[in-house]
Amino acid sequence: MSTQFLNTLRVGESGVVAHVAGERAMCRRLFDLGLVPGTTVTCTAVSPAGDPAAYLIRGAVIALRGRDAAGVRLAEEVWA
Amino acid sequence: MTGPEERVVALAGNPNVGKSTVFNALTGLRQHTGNWPGKTVVTAHGRCRHQGRDYALVDLPGTYSLMARSAEEEAARDFFCFGGAHGAVVVCDATCLERNLNLVLQVLELQRRTVVCVNLLDEARRKGVEVDLEALSRRLGVPVVGTSAGRGAGLTELMDRVAETLDRPEPPTPLTVRYPPAVEFAVASLTPLLARRLRGRLPARWAALRLLEGDPSLLQALSDALDWDPRSDGEVWGAVAQAREELAHSGLDPAELGGVVASVLLETARDIAGAVVTAQHGPEEDRDRRLDRFLTHRYTGVPFMVLLLAGVLWLTIQGANYPSALLSDGLFWVQDRLSELFVWLGAPEWLHGALVLGVYRVLAWVVSVMLPPMAIFFPLFTLLEDFGYLPRVAFLLDHAFQKARACGKQALTMCMGFGCNAAGVVGCRIIDSPRERLIAMLTNSFVPCNGRFPTLIAVITMFFVGAEGGALAGLWAALLLTGVIVLGVFATFQVSRFLSATVLKGVPSSFTLELPPYRKPRVGQVVVRSILDRTIFVLGRAAAVAAPAGLVIWLCANVTVGGVTVLDHITGFLDPFARLIGLDGVILAAFILGFPANEIVIPIAIMAYLSTGTIQEAEGLGALHRLLTDNGWTWLTAVCTLLFSLFHWPCSTTCLSIAKESGSVKWTLLAVLLPTGVGVGLCFCVATVARLLGLA
Repeated sequence: MSTQFLNTLRVGESGVVAHVAGERAMCRRLFDLGLVPGTTVTCTAVSPAGDPAAYLIRGAVIALRGRDAAGVRLAEEVWA
Repeated sequence: MTGPEERVVALAGNPNVGKSTVFNALTGLRQHTGNWPGKTVVTAHGRCRHQGRDYALVDLPGTYSLMARSAEEEAARDFFCFGGAHGAVVVCDATCLERNLNLVLQVLELQRRTVVCVNLLDEARRKGVEVDLEALSRRLGVPVVGTSAGRGAGLTELMDRVAETLDRPEPPTPLTVRYPPAVEFAVASLTPLLARRLRGRLPARWAALRLLEGDPSLLQALSDALDWDPRSDGEVWGAVAQAREELAHSGLDPAELGGVVASVLLETARDIAGAVVTAQHGPEEDRDRRLDRFLTHRYTGVPFMVLLLAGVLWLTIQGANYPSALLSDGLFWVQDRLSELFVWLGAPEWLHGALVLGVYRVLAWVVSVMLPPMAIFFPLFTLLEDFGYLPRVAFLLDHAFQKARACGKQALTMCMGFGCNAAGVVGCRIIDSPRERLIAMLTNSFVPCNGRFPTLIAVITMFFVGAEGGALAGLWAALLLTGVIVLGVFATFQVSRFLSATVLKGVPSSFTLELPPYRKPRVGQVVVRSILDRTIFVLGRAAAVAAPAGLVIWLCANVTVGGVTVLDHITGFLDPFARLIGLDGVILAAFILGFPANEIVIPIAIMAYLSTGTIQEAEGLGALHRLLTDNGWTWLTAVCTLLFSLFHWPCSTTCLSIAKESGSVKWTLLAVLLPTGVGVGLCFCVATVARLLGLA
């Protein structure tokens, strides 16, 4: 199975964060929102154009642009 | 213990947890609370009295952390570090306590005299979430109070605990978050050095962690506030460098330290939340997810948004008709009485003309035309805001803003612009990147504000619907108005894109947008708040501008130079150019004289056409329609007036706001030139094409 990133999750799918990469400021903002390795995330909505998408992270729904979500690698197993 | 007269308490919390509601309930100060993140950018102050003591509450900007990555976070952190607060209250959302505890743990590292306020308990209960407050208090080592601030529940107890915590001779000993051994070792090597220099002004442990992380904004803040720059303190700076080296030796890259600290805080928060929160998967969450899917769906999201806009406009147009007529009858009845009073007093004719026919009449017109639509539009808008719909609008529109290389939050400031462009410009503070903030400010006036709606509605009704009225006509008018607004939004995207490609080059910055849970709007509170905070405010400002404008207009129409009134001179001068762009001299003069407030554009035009020297009360739209067609208006004039009303210079208040927010005359000028250029160009094209095709 190929490596999954946060932006490849479809609506209703969940995964576990494995690694967060990207611009330093964005990484830390994602950390503050609770997006650290080991966190379960669920994609709850995708906007009509396919970007941005909304994710359920530790009880809150946060919208991220695809470019930023692409820096979040998920563990192999993704479930619906 | 006899402390100082007034005790300063900082109020912190994540965005959207009801912090402003707590603040308002405690201080009684009316301050707007919005259901979108980052609304409170400036800190608000309020006073409250409890058990005979005075407290100054400082409402800090809503933040997820104190790591100073945005203006809000830096403001909140600096207040905790140097603001001189005696204690703190951290407001948490009981429905997602885990994420809120991250901020609580960070505050506890800075301020030991802290009371944790677990808010929205009633909402949590409805969602099947129970929080064991006593267990939470034991784990955190500070008092915890449960509240439902919307109903005012628990607030007295909150202030009781605050008073107790501040009365204690020694501060409580809260939970200390333990970092990995290598980090703790590095911290321990720095704390004695720092403690000696900070002398209790800042917790040494906290300062050590930040210095190890290499937070540049703190270094500046330290040297500004404490007059001590660690960079020029050889001993400390050397020790920091050595500690960072040792961290690297033990396999921890100092650049990664921020991430490690953040994870440890989050894990601690997760452990605590896991132990004190019992949650059943509630039906409300499923409902929220279903609603989100519908409202943001590929096929239903955008059509529903446009329909909703049309619906709000329809309600505004239909609902405002009757009270508007009633108000104008009443106000003009008062005018007749005022005239009688002037006659009875034997006042000179010119004084009566200037004050009653000039100042009062313009005021009466502005109030009767503006108040009813505002009193309907603002509460409806605030209801949507309270429900949590606006962040979804931002979510839907973000892709277009992204393509324009702008910030998705611009959708929120654009929405505020529908109410008032000046408010929209000030609202641009929620955008972090200066480049994107400027784009949002410069393009805000591309959507019509409440002051322009009356002009748009009147012209649409007269020329494209028929002045007879009726429910169907109202619907048709609402749809046309929606079309005009969509055009404005489209122009916003295009101009933002143009700016990003030219004078404001750059890549879009990263941003995160919270989509808060849907909340049942508090109808009573919303109506009162939106009428008090928004309607009266905007109306008051419009009236303040309209009164002197009325005087100037009366003078222009009554002072003659060479047998012709000043107004006629102006309109005659403007006429050739105005004809070129499908308008006429009168309309253009009306737009220019309407610079202080857009709502007086139509009244000025009517006055010029009639040349009777006072603003006329058009006897219904039918009579107005006849007056305009008699003066050469065609459908083309109407279309060009609509376009020019949508795209011309921002009003004086908006210009002032842009100048103040951008701090630059150059950008303010551009903000005037951009919409004017678009309007003139568009009107010229439409007029020329229509004339070439022989349509008008």
